[in-house]
Amino acid sequence: MAWTRDQMAARAAKELKDGFYVNLGIGIPTLVSNYVPEDVDITLQSENGMLGVGPFPLDNQVDPDIINAGKQTVTEVKGTSYFSSADSFAMIRGGHIDLSILGAMEVAENGDLANWMIPGKMVKGMGGAMDLVAGVKKVIVTMEHVSKDGQSKLLKECTLPLTGRRVVDMVITEFGVFSIDKHGPGGVTLVQLADGVTVDEIKAKTKAALTIGPTVKA
Amino acid sequence: MANKVYKDAKAALDGLLRDDLMLMCGGFGLVGVPDKLIAAVRDSGVKGLTCVSNNAGIDGAGLGLLLETGQVKKMISSYVGENKTFAKLYLEGKLEIEFNPQGTLAERVRAGGAGIPAFYTKTGVGTQVAEGKETKTFDGEEYVMERGLFGDIALVKAWKGDKSGNLVFRKAARNFNPMMATAAKMCVAEVEELVEVGQLDPDHIHTPAVYVKRIFCGAPYDKKIEQRTIRKA
Repeated sequence: MAWTRDQMAARAAKELKDGFYVNLGIGIPTLVSNYVPEDVDITLQSENGMLGVGPFPLDNQVDPDIINAGKQTVTEVKGTSYFSSADSFAMIRGGHIDLSILGAMEVAENGDLANWMIPGKMVKGMGGAMDLVAGVKKVIVTMEHVSKDGQSKLLKECTLPLTGRRVVDMVITEFGVFSIDKHGPGGVTLVQLADGVTVDEIKAKTKAALTIGPTVKA
Repeated sequence: MANKVYKDAKAALDGLLRDDLMLMCGGFGLVGVPDKLIAAVRDSGVKGLTCVSNNAGIDGAGLGLLLETGQVKKMISSYVGENKTFAKLYLEGKLEIEFNPQGTLAERVRAGGAGIPAFYTKTGVGTQVAEGKETKTFDGEEYVMERGLFGDIALVKAWKGDKSGNLVFRKAARNFNPMMATAAKMCVAEVEELVEVGQLDPDHIHTPAVYVKRIFCGAPYDKKIEQRTIRKA
């Protein structure tokens, strides 16, 4: 037993604090908005130039000019604002966004992140990912712990081209929650086990050097 | 006052187009894309174009129109994942691509339009994006130098415009348009609604008239949706 995608998103939602301005990536990160605690009020930022992103529209509410960065139709909330892409990234690069949650192909024990290209395959581009990880105050990665061919995605060093150097603060996989000392030599610490997962199982599937946090029962 | 108003996209681009131009294109996905201008560029047949645009449209829409006809030599973009023609041309070696992080792209265009030749940013430090570029340490942190971008013609799409060239954008269709409008020798704007000078609230103008040299009303618009996502009532 490990966490489902929704359980991973729900766990990531526990990192949200009241008043946070948050940017969510595509995939599991998008699901996080379904699990915002009731006593927590957050504002979603979308890098195409929207602050205050609401849920998907009802069929009769669709407005082609209201989309998120994933090009999906969305809605406004009370207090929504629109701005240019330059203003949007000034917000991101200027450190005004509290939290970015995004997916990854690889994360290294020093916080390096790779999530935008695989050499030799068609490259789609990095979009706003490099700006987000360089500028946002806290970066959480949600990803599957191992790749489709069974390789650990939590590594000593990334093998793929980087999206950012020493940028990831926390990783949430189906096996648990890991904190990363991105500014120092502390590496990866397991801080929470997913239901039904053992420390030995995680060790066997993790290539990064792993410290077991004091709150984790072995 | 000099006349800036033209009857359509073809007229607004008359005398401006030639091979090997650098075009600065507004839009994000299919939103706020100057579709009528792009179609007119296609019809003109000019080629060897360099297009600065966040995305490359999709097949049959946006800059996808110019990719299909082989008129684009190079794209400077942050994400082109939606366009199948793009992938084919790129893999056949018929199209160059320079990927920029989205914020770096936005800022390069903003800087270019503001007369700023270069700036430093943390984005991309330690990645392929920074390779071969100057870096500098400020307050103990490393930054990479990026150059401003300034093109030949900016193609932008606005919601409302007045006959002097003031522009107002609608919702998330603003995106890259305001910066693109500033970052070229010539800016041509297409608008959904063209009004008389004085009819736009001065406090609500996003792009002041100084940047816009030519303007036309492109209505009617059939706005496309890339990912129609809805919830049940």
